[in-house]
Amino acid sequence: MQETLIQIEPKPPRGDWRDPHVEFRKGSMCYSAAPKNLTYLGLPNPRVWQPTDSDWKLPPDWKKTILAGMKERLDKFRSFRLFMDVCVRCGACADKCHFYLGTADPKNMPVARAELIRSVYRRYFTLSGRIFGSLAGGRELTEDVIKEWYYYFYQCTQCRRCSVFCPYGIDTAEITLLGRELLTLIGCNINWVMEPVANCYRTGNHLGIQPHGFKDSIDFAADEASEITGLKIEMPINRKGAEILFVMPSADYFATPHYYTLLGYMMLFHEIGLDYTVSAYASEGGNFGSFASHELMKRLNAKIYDEAKRLGVKWILGGECGHMWRVLHQYMDTMNGPADFLEVPVSPVTGTVFENARSTRMVHICEFTADLIHHGKLRLDRGRNDHWNVTYHDSCNPARGMGLLEEPRYILNHVARRFHEMPENTIREQTFCCGSGAGLGTDENLEIRLRGGFPRANAVKYVKEKYGVNLLTCICAIDKATLPTLLEYWVPGVEVGGVHELVGNALVMTGEKERTTDLRGEALATESVLASGESEARHA
Amino acid sequence: MNALYSLLAVLLLVLAGFAGGSTGAGRGILTFIVPYAAFAILLAGFCARILRWAWTPVPFHIPTTCGQQKSLPWIKPASVDNPSTRGAVLVRMAMEILLFRSLFRNNRARLAGKRLTLSENRYLWLGALAFHWSLLLIVLRHLRLFIEPIPAWVDGLERLDSFFQLGAPQLYLSDIVVLGALAYLLLRRFRDPAVRFISLFTDYFALFLLLGIAVSGVLMRYFVRVDILGIKQFALSLAAFHPLGPNMPSPLFFTHLVLVCALAAYFPFSKLMHMGGVFLSPTRNLANDSRRRRHINPWNHPVTKHTYAEWENEFRDKLVGAGIPLEGEDAGNAHTN
Repeated sequence: MQETLIQIEPKPPRGDWRDPHVEFRKGSMCYSAAPKNLTYLGLPNPRVWQPTDSDWKLPPDWKKTILAGMKERLDKFRSFRLFMDVCVRCGACADKCHFYLGTADPKNMPVARAELIRSVYRRYFTLSGRIFGSLAGGRELTEDVIKEWYYYFYQCTQCRRCSVFCPYGIDTAEITLLGRELLTLIGCNINWVMEPVANCYRTGNHLGIQPHGFKDSIDFAADEASEITGLKIEMPINRKGAEILFVMPSADYFATPHYYTLLGYMMLFHEIGLDYTVSAYASEGGNFGSFASHELMKRLNAKIYDEAKRLGVKWILGGECGHMWRVLHQYMDTMNGPADFLEVPVSPVTGTVFENARSTRMVHICEFTADLIHHGKLRLDRGRNDHWNVTYHDSCNPARGMGLLEEPRYILNHVARRFHEMPENTIREQTFCCGSGAGLGTDENLEIRLRGGFPRANAVKYVKEKYGVNLLTCICAIDKATLPTLLEYWVPGVEVGGVHELVGNALVMTGEKERTTDLRGEALATESVLASGESEARHA
Repeated sequence: MNALYSLLAVLLLVLAGFAGGSTGAGRGILTFIVPYAAFAILLAGFCARILRWAWTPVPFHIPTTCGQQKSLPWIKPASVDNPSTRGAVLVRMAMEILLFRSLFRNNRARLAGKRLTLSENRYLWLGALAFHWSLLLIVLRHLRLFIEPIPAWVDGLERLDSFFQLGAPQLYLSDIVVLGALAYLLLRRFRDPAVRFISLFTDYFALFLLLGIAVSGVLMRYFVRVDILGIKQFALSLAAFHPLGPNMPSPLFFTHLVLVCALAAYFPFSKLMHMGGVFLSPTRNLANDSRRRRHINPWNHPVTKHTYAEWENEFRDKLVGAGIPLEGEDAGNAHTN
């Protein structure tokens, strides 16, 4: 790709935001959902159409449907009603959004994104708006407004960075999700969300891999892990009576660089002799439903508890995934609990009771592994990661919807010798999104993804130039899928990997053969690399 | 345009106050009816809005976590920015409401060439904090007009506010600060292109209205002699629900009164309700304990699911072919616990 493709010009916004006109063009939009996917899920208005069409073939009573849908949600979600009412338009959120920073499109300011729906709320649901109309900030609901919603609600990755800075905690992810729910009511969905949802619903995972294909992938990875270590490594599937059900995002067994993280999990579980199983039925942790509506979120998420119950496990362990953990941490127990058929999670190796998961009974793999390391249960050879100079990208949802910040850092500092943080305004709760989350990681949307990922890439570039960082680690499947493209464009020479990939590299396993390569098959660094290179500078 | 219209609206109110204060009939309406009507609207409207929010359920547990969670015992949690207990939530809310914690984080992103730089930017935080605290102080100081004898703490506040003992009548710091802060907030709306882009009529209207109130108040205290004793008598009679007209009516005083009444009546219908709303924000007022304690959604509707049995039926052949155990057929595989 050429460096000249994207020019970001910070230009002062012009015009009136209340003009809803949007120009759809390739590179900055997502294609519509194929009718077969909506039909399979029983969702309204399946049809063939594209955002570039002038006629979107909306149902005849679309306006009534949208307004009724708004009314219902205003009565069901305090967040929605409150966030519609209390914004003072102070603008603190404006330059916090990666899409605004990358596109300079003023409607990408979180406040403006919310105003797109807030203006309709004022016009139809408040006294002042009904009387004074546009003077009170109200706006008629027209077909152009629907098109605008489609464009901008699918130009938000629900990363919640703006919510950190808002004096009232207004959460654009909440507004975007409810906006997408409204669009779902009249069949205005994107395919990159709905096809995965339909696939997850039917087969269990977002790529639509059927059970035998799932088993092939897992067995293939187990063979590869066995080959690397010289041990007989297996990953049991649908095994009843296992102590733990392990759920990961399906990309882990079907995409790179996720795949190396899967190898890492397998090796770790083998080494500690974990009594566990994965499930072919609940073979997707990532919840694509959460990109479209609370209902779809619940329909997909239900599989995890149902399967844990059927298999008779004691508790559930979850892999590296971002939006998946937002759902598991903040929604699962409420939606599909109580998990009274499970037990409070206890690490079978260290005996640690995971008090923080006492009710949900699902533990994050980074919590689990950090606990193992803290109790000295793993033998780790950090030198095996000496070919990597590592930084860590806080994935949005574990950071801002959970607060999982130290566990992965603790692990990284025990499995790698060279670790450098990116600047403080770009990590932890202030982390910048990859620009492709919440269902936007599709190639037809590439220009927007690259623009949205620019602030993240900019921080990576900083540590690359300053410390020579060559590996960006993260704990999110969407990050792993989309950051390689982003970094190749903005910061060539920095790879993307998972935390448990590095664990797999460093893990000294009982009876293993001598390792000459890492999990990627790349040669390990010789002693001299570190000696001649930099010291063990680490910023924990 | 929004700014101009809202300025005109406030000027109209000023005119109404001035004109009303200059005629007998107008004074009657402004004395006996407008203050009560405005206060009634404020009270009823404010309560209605708060109750409406409070009665709307919080279906999901969605705090925005701004620091390390409480997980393993040896990892230090950020107990305020990511509270895990109700007590910690109270501290977080207090920080938010009294000190504007989230606004304090504010930074400015600037694109220079191909580099994005993030620098600290606390002006908005400072301006907002200065405005809100000085306004509170001014409102409390006004209690001296409504209560007799004047409570000691009101006197104390006043002494604090006129700490530098400049001029006669003594200069209140809060008057200077509130004018400065309002001017900053207004200028910011004009000068920052992004903020100007999103500013509505109501954003300017609230600022002009508050400025009008502050300016008319300052004029009365420092520049235009008004009968303060008459005004106090009037205020006391208002508070006793037995209103007497002020003895020496000044159109300036009525202007001040009309603007305050307009603010009160406008309050419940406007963004100014953030004053009550900030307490109820579910991203701030919930503890991050959703895995420890189950959050209940009162309308947790059932949904259609694709059950294991349906899935097994659809893929039975493939499951058998791949050797994945079926339900009830995996006794040989099962581990006993």
